[in-house]
Amino acid sequence: MGEEVVKKPKRKERMPMPEQDPKVRATNFKEVPLGYTEEMAIEEAIRCAQCKVPACVCGCPVNINIPAFIKEIAEGNFAAAARKIKETNALPAVCGRVCPQESQCEAQCVYNRMGRAICIGRLERFAADYERDNNLIELPEKAQPNGKKVAVVGSGPSGLTVAGDLIQLGYEVTIFEAFHKPGGVLMYGIPEFRLPKAIVESEVNYLVQLGVKIQYNSIVGKTVEVDELLGEKGYDAVFIGVGAGLPKFLGIPGENYGGVYSANEYLTRSNLMKAYKFPEYDTPIVMGKRVCVIGGGNVAMDSARTAVRLGADTYIVYRRAREQMPARGEEIHHAEEEGVKMMLLTNPVEIIGDEDNMAKALKCVKMELGEPDESGRSRPVEIEGSEHDIEFDLIINSIGANANPLLTKSTEGLELNKWGYIVADDYGKTSKDNVWAAGDIVTGMATVIEAMGAGRMSAMDIHEKLMGVPKNIEISPEALPDDLECTLPETKK
Amino acid sequence: MYEIVSMKELVPDIFEAVVKAPEMAKKAKAGEFLIVMADEKGERIPLTVADYDREAGTITIVFMTIGKSTYKLSKMKAGDSYYAFVGPLGHASEIKDYGTVICVAGGVGTAPIYPIARALKKAGNKIITIQGARNKDLIFWEDKMASVSDEHIIMTDDGTHGRKGLVTEPLKEILERDGDKVGIIYAIGPIPMMKFSALTSKPFGNLTMVSLNSIMVDGTGMCGGCRCEVKGETKFTCVDGPEFDGHQVDWNLLGSRQRIYLDQEKESLDNYKAEEGA
Ligand SMILES: Cc1cc2nc3c(=O)[nH]c(=O)nc-3n(C[C@H](O)[C@H](O)[C@H](O)COP(=O)(O)OP(=O)(O)OC[C@H]3O[C@@H](n4cnc5c(N)ncnc54)[C@H](O)[C@@H]3O)c2cc1C
Ligand SMILES: Cc1cc2nc3c(=O)[nH]c(=O)nc-3n(C[C@H](O)[C@H](O)[C@H](O)COP(=O)(O)OP(=O)(O)OC[C@H]3O[C@@H](n4cnc5c(N)ncnc54)[C@H](O)[C@@H]3O)c2cc1C
Ligand code: SF4
Ligand code: FES
Repeated sequence: MGEEVVKKPKRKERMPMPEQDPKVRATNFKEVPLGYTEEMAIEEAIRCAQCKVPACVCGCPVNINIPAFIKEIAEGNFAAAARKIKETNALPAVCGRVCPQESQCEAQCVYNRMGRAICIGRLERFAADYERDNNLIELPEKAQPNGKKVAVVGSGPSGLTVAGDLIQLGYEVTIFEAFHKPGGVLMYGIPEFRLPKAIVESEVNYLVQLGVKIQYNSIVGKTVEVDELLGEKGYDAVFIGVGAGLPKFLGIPGENYGGVYSANEYLTRSNLMKAYKFPEYDTPIVMGKRVCVIGGGNVAMDSARTAVRLGADTYIVYRRAREQMPARGEEIHHAEEEGVKMMLLTNPVEIIGDEDNMAKALKCVKMELGEPDESGRSRPVEIEGSEHDIEFDLIINSIGANANPLLTKSTEGLELNKWGYIVADDYGKTSKDNVWAAGDIVTGMATVIEAMGAGRMSAMDIHEKLMGVPKNIEISPEALPDDLECTLPETKK
Repeated sequence: MYEIVSMKELVPDIFEAVVKAPEMAKKAKAGEFLIVMADEKGERIPLTVADYDREAGTITIVFMTIGKSTYKLSKMKAGDSYYAFVGPLGHASEIKDYGTVICVAGGVGTAPIYPIARALKKAGNKIITIQGARNKDLIFWEDKMASVSDEHIIMTDDGTHGRKGLVTEPLKEILERDGDKVGIIYAIGPIPMMKFSALTSKPFGNLTMVSLNSIMVDGTGMCGGCRCEVKGETKFTCVDGPEFDGHQVDWNLLGSRQRIYLDQEKESLDNYKAEEGA
């Protein structure tokens, strides 16, 4: 690694990320990727061609000026690189770790066709970590107070983005958060070994230093109502970023036995309540000897990798084929390296319990891939007579989330779609006066960066409505040449 | 932080704390609960709103020490603060004129039933209270309950106070005598007491509301840890309850789900007591 630092793109391959050895990391909760050294970061950064029309930028939902920050790294100005990123992304240390770069910025990189896209995410992470670890974080200049008050409901990525943008524009911003910690899914969902909680807290702390107030343990819809915020509490606008947050269950017999969790509960116990440190922390968790995680997405991988670390023999049970797993390739790869086994084309039909209603086995049927449906995905069909029981003492349901109705049901005049998600326009404006919404509660579960991107749109719209300042959308797809084939990540409705 | 204004041991192992929580105090209603964390490493445990004072901005909780979390709470003093205190949560009791209401309180269940009885009394109901405990020393809030009851029956297992026997005995007698006047029964206490109260009233067909004490995490419908089965359907105690029709509850499942962490809870409490002792 880095014996010869030549200022010339000699090596053409992607700079690999040093990682904890799978055998070792399967027994601890420390972060898996270790991060680039300065030499590695520079070596990777000088590979960038500094394209005149950078396609990567348009692959990024918040349009980070990618070539500019990479140039700073190449020149050794690491803190400057971080500041460049922060012009458009308030949470670079988070995004550098959890964004699906392979389908966003890196997918658009000119080198991607040769399978050698610049490692944009790793460089982003490097710059942000460098700035934080060396105490070089500087607060940006804030506009003069404009006398307007905005309430942000939820401290997930969307809420944090809105809060960060508006505080800099001179607003008084208060976040109302249901839990006792900030970050939303960043804190309670994504495990420590993928996103250390100290990093989330430090990113939130940055906002607090900027003047954002956070009221924890405040459930909007219970402790305080949206109309109360807009009325007697005197807020000029309310932004709702409460996430999806309602676990789905399969609806098969036996699902209420002990030892059956939703991924939400399992991960919340482990991450937010730190049950993996029980009994130092008071919250217990069912450890399980043979654990099954039902589902094939990122949440399933996070659950399975947590179970491995808690000492279990861990299996993923997924009803389709491997190619159809929605999880990121990297996540599946990491899980398998750590010893997670895959039971593919296997569909659970019943949970079997013992005399004290604790789960002891999962009844499954084998599936085979049938004719492709309209979406082109082959539909799995049951193989007759393939029913079999597999012994498990812990079963984690990871088949997705729905919209939590707690806030939406108690708020009058807020239009919802038929699944209970909030209806909002491209700028997050809802049907209710002075109320905006974005993130998972509008789109259904998406990504951190999409929630942030949508939050930014809401912040700009709020600014326009309250202060009359026209929205300033620096780089939009329209501004880029037609022949660029820029495929922005779909903004789902 | 949520400051403890006053703290006292009502009877052995049952404590009352009055807590500064102005926002919650403004909204709290009978039947709702809250979630409390003693400190940053604490568990989120649900406790019923036992009383509230909207002017003083305080909430009263009453808890029995059974595991580490409640022990931790019992060690805190006036002037200390809880790390988290969240609510009010769940549905409030449906308060209206039912005619006659029987309130059956078992042990620590007296605390949650008190504000319900008070609200129902105010709504014009005739309140018959059956308050039970193992013995005389474990009866608390007798005067408070008396102040909202038209008829107040005390039951102890050993007969050291009031009548000797279980709360289900007078319940059955009243239903036999005046069952058709009873619009609703509230039964709150330990699982066996709620279960047998519901079984007692079932043949008479009077609606019997119980307040389930499932193990919880968030209390907002986000985790599903508080699942229970009512009328064969899955419900989340925190957002669909905590009150349900006792005739429809799957009591075995509820009991089993409370024992999920039995071994770990024991370990946790033993460690804690050893540390405290040291
Ligand atoms: C296990 C898991 C792993 C994931 N991994 C990735 C990944 O690697 N990369 C990626 O890009 N995306 C990932 N995602 C998806 C991503 O985390 C979400 O899309 C994103 O967090 C959504 O942000 P949000 O701001 O909409 O809400 P959330 O992050 O859900 O935050 C909502 C916040 O609002 C609070 N809240 C809810 N209701 C109320 C209320 N009534 N009053 C006050 N506060 C309330 C919640 O407590 C929470 O803090 C993952 C999701 C999960 C569950
Ligand atoms: C909506 C609701 C309202 C409640 N209101 C009150 C209240 O006003 N006062 C009060 O004292 N308690 C109340 N409870 C019960 C209280 O939450 C539990 O006693 C508490 O969580 C125990 O925590 P612990 O760590 O001290 O004991 P743990 O270590 O968690 O438990 C020790 C043992 O007690 C038993 N246990 C566990 N959880 C419960 C439970 N929920 N109920 C009964 N036994 C249990 C188990 O067998 C367990 O092994 C309520 C519960 C709910 C869901
Ligand atoms: S597309 Fe690739 S080479 Fe071009 S600026 Fe972006 S990262 Fe650099
Ligand atoms: S406590 Fe989590 S859903 Fe009820």
